[in-house]
Formats: sequence, C-alpha cells, structure tokens
Amino acid sequence: MTEIGLNHFLILSTGLFFLGVYGFLTRRNLITILMSIELMLNSVNINFIAFNKYLWPDQMDGLFFTLFIIATAAAEAAVAIAIIIHLYRRFFSIDVTDAGELRH
Amino acid sequence: MKDFIFYLIAVFILLNGFLSVTTRKIFRSAIYLLFALIGIAGIYFWMEYEFIAAVQVAVYVGGIVVLIIFSIFLTQQSGKELPVVNRTGNITAGIAALSGFLFTLIQIYRFNPGNLVFSASPSVEAIGEQLLSTGDSGYALPFEIISTLLLAAMIACIVIAMKTNPKKA
Repeated sequence: MTEIGLNHFLILSTGLFFLGVYGFLTRRNLITILMSIELMLNSVNINFIAFNKYLWPDQMDGLFFTLFIIATAAAEAAVAIAIIIHLYRRFFSIDVTDAGELRH
Repeated sequence: MKDFIFYLIAVFILLNGFLSVTTRKIFRSAIYLLFALIGIAGIYFWMEYEFIAAVQVAVYVGGIVVLIIFSIFLTQQSGKELPVVNRTGNITAGIAALSGFLFTLIQIYRFNPGNLVFSASPSVEAIGEQLLSTGDSGYALPFEIISTLLLAAMIACIVIAMKTNPKKA
C-alpha cells in the first residue's frame, strides 16, 4: 500500500499553479504568458483527478470536469494563438508592452 | 517503490515547470513545458486514470505544444533571447507567488484529510456510458455544449487569422 495521500497531490498542484502565476507576472511575451496559463490549468486538473480518486471514488465527476477543462483549454489556446499571430502581422511584435493600441 | 515513483514524477514536473517560466530562450521554454505536461500525464498514469493520461498526451503534448511551437516559429527568431525582467517586477512577482503558495500550503495542512483509501479507477466503458447518458448524473448536455464551443472556437480562429484586405478596410 502506498503512503501517498491527497495532501501530496495538493502540494504538487499548488507548486505548479504558483509557478504559473510567477511566469504570468514576469513574462512580457504573449506566447510565454500563454504557456504559464497552461501550467495553471494543468495544476487544476491534477486537483480534480486527485479529489475524484481519493474522496469520491465511485463517481466520475472530477474526471469529466478534467475532460471539459482540457477541451476548453485547447479551444482557448487555439484562439489565443490566432490572436497572437494576427497581432504579429500588425505590429511585428508580440510583446505586451508594444500592443497598447486599446489603451485609453 | 510506488511512492518513490510519485516523488520522482513530482520533482520532474516542478523542475520542468520552473525552467519553463524562467529560461530566457523561448523555444527551450516550450520544450520544458512539453516535459512538464508529459510528467503530468505520468501522474495520471500513476493514479491509474489511463484514459485521462491518454487524453493529456493527445491534446496537450500532441496538440497544444505543437501549436505553441508553430506560433514561436511564425513570430520569433528562435535563437533570440527574451529580454531580462527588471528587478522590481521580478521581486514583486516572486513575493506574490511565494506568499500565495505559503498561504495555500497552510490551508492544505489545516485541511488534513486523514487516511484515505486509494480506490480502483473507472473503466473506459463506464466513462463513455456516463458521458453520453441523459439520465441522472449523465453528462450529455455538457458534452454537446463543449462540441458547440469547439466549433465556435474553430470558426473564430479562421475569422481572426483571415488575411484582411487593406483596401476594403
């Protein structure tokens, strides 16, 4: 029998989530910001699966939430990258400090 | 042995995640992200949720990371280094992330779920039946909504990325 409990998973996903937060706050390039968001989404998925495995074992609701989060993340990444490429065509840069046209 | 494998995967994920948000070469950042996502698929395998692990590998590793790498090729010179983050921004972000991490850690230790049973995982057959069932706790409606969302996202991508004619605009 294994000694790994729910807490181990929660600590792992917390660490991953705040690595994503750190990247999100320090990066200035839109693609790397998107990568940080992917890290955060994945840490949430680990939480859902771990809770489903340990607390709610005969149901599958956490599993379905993870599936839907993965699908939504894929759609989000696709739209974000379309926007990034369009922005690059217009401004020849994908740095967030250069894309200030919407700034009032 | 199983515990040791869990720690190995956890360290692998956190190390690659850290390198992914700190490295200054954007292409390397994408590759470290790829390894972190493979490690997360490993965690799902460790928990015996093979179906989710397969979806993770197919969608994230095979889809999103490839998309990110393509967009890097389209928008960057891959050898170019990202600019250095200024010191105040770095320290502020570090403090914000670290304090949030410590706060959540305290909450986790206060939660203390006790001894939990590591249960058997559901079969792919059961997943498929509940996903398409319209009865109690069936997920047919969210399934249809997500398919509409994916269609909308696909159309949106085409519309956004379409080459606009400067004369008409």
